[in-house]
Amino acid sequence: MPDFSRVWDVLVIGGGNAALCAAVTARQAGCSVLLIESAPKAFRGGNSRHTRNMRTMHTEPTSVLTEAYLEDEYWDDLLRVTGGQTDEHLARMTIRLTTDALRFMEASGVRFQPSLSGTLSLSRTNAFFLGGGKALVNAYYALAERLGIDILYDTEAVDLKMDDGFVREVAITHRGFPETVRAKAVVASSGGFQADLEWLEKGWGPAARNFLIRGTPYAKGVVLRNLLDQGVASVGDPTQCHAVAIDGRAPKYDGGIATRLDCVPFSIVVNKDGERFYDEGEDVWPKRYAIWGRLVAQQPDQVGYAIIDAKSEKLFMPSVFPAIKADTVGELAVKLGLDPAKVEATVAEFNKACVPGEFNSNRLDGCRTEGLVPPKTHWARPITEAPFIGYPLRPGITFTYLGVKVDENARVRMDDGRPSANLFASGEIMAGSILGKGYLAGFGMAIGSVFGRIAGREAAKNARN
Amino acid sequence: MRETEATADARRALEVCNACRYCEGFCAVFPAMTLRREFTSGDLSYIANLCHNCRGCYYACQYAPPHPWNINVPQVLAQVRAETYEEYAWPGPLAGLFKRNGTIVSLAMIAGIALALILTMALVDPSILYTPQQGPGAFYRVIPWWLMVTLAGGTSLFAVLALIMGFRNFWKDTGGRSDELRPGRPLAVALHDILTLKNLGGGGGGCNDVDEGFSQVRRRFHHFMFYGFMLCFASTTTATFYDHFLGHEAPYPFWSLPVQLGTWGGVGMVIGTAGLIWTKIVSDPAPAARNLLGSDYALLVLLFLAAATGLLLLALRDTGAMGVLLAVHLGVIFTFFAVIPYSKMVHAVYRSAALFRHALERRPSPPPPGNKPSDRALGSAA
Repeated sequence: MPDFSRVWDVLVIGGGNAALCAAVTARQAGCSVLLIESAPKAFRGGNSRHTRNMRTMHTEPTSVLTEAYLEDEYWDDLLRVTGGQTDEHLARMTIRLTTDALRFMEASGVRFQPSLSGTLSLSRTNAFFLGGGKALVNAYYALAERLGIDILYDTEAVDLKMDDGFVREVAITHRGFPETVRAKAVVASSGGFQADLEWLEKGWGPAARNFLIRGTPYAKGVVLRNLLDQGVASVGDPTQCHAVAIDGRAPKYDGGIATRLDCVPFSIVVNKDGERFYDEGEDVWPKRYAIWGRLVAQQPDQVGYAIIDAKSEKLFMPSVFPAIKADTVGELAVKLGLDPAKVEATVAEFNKACVPGEFNSNRLDGCRTEGLVPPKTHWARPITEAPFIGYPLRPGITFTYLGVKVDENARVRMDDGRPSANLFASGEIMAGSILGKGYLAGFGMAIGSVFGRIAGREAAKNARN
Repeated sequence: MRETEATADARRALEVCNACRYCEGFCAVFPAMTLRREFTSGDLSYIANLCHNCRGCYYACQYAPPHPWNINVPQVLAQVRAETYEEYAWPGPLAGLFKRNGTIVSLAMIAGIALALILTMALVDPSILYTPQQGPGAFYRVIPWWLMVTLAGGTSLFAVLALIMGFRNFWKDTGGRSDELRPGRPLAVALHDILTLKNLGGGGGGCNDVDEGFSQVRRRFHHFMFYGFMLCFASTTTATFYDHFLGHEAPYPFWSLPVQLGTWGGVGMVIGTAGLIWTKIVSDPAPAARNLLGSDYALLVLLFLAAATGLLLLALRDTGAMGVLLAVHLGVIFTFFAVIPYSKMVHAVYRSAALFRHALERRPSPPPPGNKPSDRALGSAA
């Protein structure tokens, strides 16, 4: 049992990448640090557990990154996915600091590997963690223990008692029992609210009940809610979340990367009524997977079914769940729980509309349909060869955009524009300040690492004064 | 390879791995896995023997227990690996020796030592057994030359034959062809991986030998043991050469080549086996296949005793203890030769074969464009 009567220099709320970067940085600056993680030890690390890389600016090849990836190109990539819903000053600062963050990670014991098979296009831009995000989290915890950071698992912050922008103390539950923690400075790195289905329901209505949460079940946004209720300025669309189409058989929480399904461009996708609803071949999957979460969420019962035939079976990464196979389209429809007559009609109509062309899975090949609504503009081939294969699709929620507003020192802003006296934030809880829409692979970890370090540094400075 | 509960578990685990692939940089298992979408039992046998049990993937796994998917790759592959030892054993009826292998090897060791002592007592004049024996032929006065050669030669030749047959079974079952078995770059790569234990490097930076922390201790201890063993083997070979071709009879002086090789080899083996036993005792049991530990311990103890009794014999060979020590030492050595094909020692054959298969597999040119899995670029979500 820790001594809760003492006063720590810095309290870090959260246990993922951003929290750990903040805690380690503050400790290395000479502060006493307490880190509280709401999950038990086995599930520590928040959504960082499921990550695998960090998008990193670099001017020359490094141990794992090829060529160069400069600030302007990085910024252009971000601008494109966010459609301008970003803060150029904070974004460019984050981009520039990723180079240094990578060095910090390596010095902290995080190990890297060349980009994974099937991700060659990321070898220039994204540094992959050897073993993935859980290995990264393990490395940071090992370092934190060596440095003498106090770590409490199964410990959740429930109320940050704020007076005029100053956090006086923090009410927590430690293994289910209420306690109070006092610290000179506080860093909130406790993630978004995507695991709170009731909160998601406010934006999405009852449909949210059918969403699957790809990451940690512990990101319930308790601290975020608490801060916003006390006049901390918010940023980001309160109703929106990043959703991708994943295998409909995925578990409710924590299914992670293995639930991804890349077959959509080579398939037709029907809803539960057996009808198509969107152009499956609009663009390459990496550029389209994010909109499919939303598309499926808008269908009845928030479910879709991708249907391919034997020709396409080997064109995409295997899903963790077995393909559902049948010898005829009708039989497949029955196995998927769909009306066979309706699905047969949809497939027949699609087959008839396919224009012959030269199929190529690796580029926009122009194999399209004619006279079909909605059309399929690439990779359209008649679905004719048994076995016929189906996969259910459901929306998988990755993260939410609503966050607390911070300045370039990671200091939290109040509604009236004044800075908080001793509260800082890093990671998903403030990422909406920079990433207001869309997603760029490895950018969540970039924000977490960069702002985690800034928050740790500034909290340490604050505690010393 | 037959289908069992272990192969079913391994298949399920590898299907999850194949959809994740975060561990690719750790070792050869994951690149071998990504070359496949489906896993035949032969594939599982190959991959299980490729695994060096470094546990890096267990600690890195987001799906490891208590996650409901309960993925524990080192454990399931160890289970399959143990079954492959049984599967490929030659002659077939002796495959049962791999069940409760720890007990069987231990009993064989006790029986071997006891038999050596009894035989010596029965065959040799007790006055020779208990008095100091020195000068050329001293050892043979305790245990006759013909008996040593018959036992050592017989058991080792049989072991070599049984291992070759096991290799053949493994090679065929994992889809290998006989025309692949030729020198070339893949063989050189495999030899490099075997001799350096590259796959116990954890992709640089070490493995989880004991717990979440990274270290290279298991690799180093194995090197001590392996190269110690090789020095001992060289010692025996030179001694045989001295005896048959130069006409020098053992025992040899301390500074002679056979004794120097044997001494340093023995020291290496003692350090290596003791270190590996220690590593096993203190390591986190979660990723281990507990029912297989007996087999590991039994072989390590056997090797430790082989080296330790040899060193002891060297130290006390001029005293009256020599006779009994020699009998004990040779009892251990003969047991070792006898159990080689039916103990954890077979991992040397199957792991080497798997590494060779892996080196061959990585040689072919990549599949033609337009027909490979689509790129997962921008794949990770957060």
